[in-house]
Amino acid sequence: MIHMQNVVKTYRVARRDSGAKAAFFALFHRKYDLVRALDGLSFDIDAGEIVALLGPNGAGKSTAIKILSGILYPDSGAVECGGFSPARDRMRYTREIGVVFGQRTQLYWDVPVGDSYGLLQDIYDVPEAEFKRNLSELTELLDLKELLRTPARQLSLGQRMRCELAASLLHSPRILFLDEPTIGLDAVSKLAVRQFVKVLNEEKKTTIILTTHDMQDVEALSRRVLMIGKGKLLLDGTLQDIRRDGESLDESLVDFYQGIEGFDGKEE
Amino acid sequence: MKKYFSFFRLRLQMGMQYRIAAFAGMATQFFWGFMLIGAYKAFYESNAAAFPMGFQALTSYIWLQQAFLALFITWRFDNDIFTMITDGGISYELARPVRLYSMWFAKNLAMRLSEAALRFAPVLLVAALLPKPYGLSLPVSLPHFLLFLLTLGLGLLTTIAFLMIVYGLAMRMLSSTGVRLFLSGIVEFLSGQVIPLPFFPDKVRFVLELLPFAGMQNVPLRIYSGDLSGTPMLHAMVLQLVWLVIFIAAGALLLRSGERRAIVQGG
Ligand SMILES: Nc1ncnc2c1ncn2[C@@H]1O[C@H](COP(=O)(O)OP(=O)(O)OP(=O)(O)O)[C@@H](O)[C@H]1O
Ligand SMILES: [Mg+2]
Repeated sequence: MIHMQNVVKTYRVARRDSGAKAAFFALFHRKYDLVRALDGLSFDIDAGEIVALLGPNGAGKSTAIKILSGILYPDSGAVECGGFSPARDRMRYTREIGVVFGQRTQLYWDVPVGDSYGLLQDIYDVPEAEFKRNLSELTELLDLKELLRTPARQLSLGQRMRCELAASLLHSPRILFLDEPTIGLDAVSKLAVRQFVKVLNEEKKTTIILTTHDMQDVEALSRRVLMIGKGKLLLDGTLQDIRRDGESLDESLVDFYQGIEGFDGKEE
Repeated sequence: MKKYFSFFRLRLQMGMQYRIAAFAGMATQFFWGFMLIGAYKAFYESNAAAFPMGFQALTSYIWLQQAFLALFITWRFDNDIFTMITDGGISYELARPVRLYSMWFAKNLAMRLSEAALRFAPVLLVAALLPKPYGLSLPVSLPHFLLFLLTLGLGLLTTIAFLMIVYGLAMRMLSSTGVRLFLSGIVEFLSGQVIPLPFFPDKVRFVLELLPFAGMQNVPLRIYSGDLSGTPMLHAMVLQLVWLVIFIAAGALLLRSGERRAIVQGG
């Protein structure tokens, strides 16, 4: 279903020292550093799996999600999802997927959430019957009834996240990408999100790829974890492969991250 | 196509909410209208023979310009788009089956139409009630009026096609503020926004009228009052159309390649 092989992605970062003088010289001569966000990343995911991408800050998780969802072109390597080449077939491929970035919103700020959904229906060409069915199902599962008439800017983070999840599923995608879907949520909202994702996977067989820094998300959801460090795959297994006796999962994870070569515990 | 129309409708609806901003805008436009007419009047009285337009044609030009300012003001960018480019919000646009060009075009069109819709009527009404020759006159003829509407529409599309090129350039840079200010300033001048094109020296004017920017507002505003008519009008309209097509093609190419090499920020 999802196949990534030897994928490399480098970003060009303009760097200069701070200060007016440096800013002035940067006008004429820009210096670029190359940041290798993905450095030969390979993995395969089958239809119907829930897979968690783990790794320290800056490991390349979001970059991997962006490449898999057709937003970024890889520099080299092979990517195939559900028979498509994501970025190249973007217009057709994106009909088949849903994406949620926990740190941003896809809802239009000034209009009721329901209006944003109406627009999404047209964007994805969802037939009326299917749209109604999906919307009523999602409304029930995510408890959206009261929220549909509220402008997105008046939603709390947890309410918004529920609305975002629904927004990404109105067109019945086969694959769902979730980049930090539980970031900033309280315990109740996190539970609601996890519960929902689980049901979605079990009942609709939607393939789900998520990133998170919350080990409880992983424990609750995914049998399989892909550990990424410095743009490479470090481990393809289960939480049991990371867990150490006598330590909490978070402690074990810290040990694991510190074992990554050159890892300094800071964001790059 | 339906998706872009639906998006257009939603943005239009959103734009219509900003009534207070429209009110403030209108006040500024009256103020500018009076100021400009006062200044040109002094000029006209000192030497009417050297005045390149009829005074009534000029006042109509100014009032129409103020009434429809939202349609062709060059520095009225959609800041959401720049923010989206710099903070990575563009991810969501790219993760959907939409073309950036069509989407952003629809967005800007809706934004300008809703702004103009909230403002133009009161300005036109008051201007029409002012004593001659300070107010807005009726169009010289029905055909001129219809052609005015047509070229106003084409001018609006040209203006947006110009913005799209700037958005396309912005996608290629880390900071686009400089380019944005530079281009919109120059184009504002060249389109006749600051001084109507007939006021330029003949040679300069000849060149300006061949450039794409004349079609943004100079052409429709002069057709209304009959200042542009007959064969020169036809030439101007053909030119307007040709430049529109070129601008759209250039912008679409830029954004298409921008989609490919977008450097989506943030994670
Ligand atoms: N637009 C960009 N321009 C330059 N460098 C970038 C850009 N986006 C990401 N990077 C760099 O690429 C690397 C991987 O970033 P990425 O966002 O994929 O990490 P991540 O695993 O999602 O981290 P986090 O857990 O903090 O979200 C980092 O070193 C980051 O600095
Ligand atoms: Mg990330």
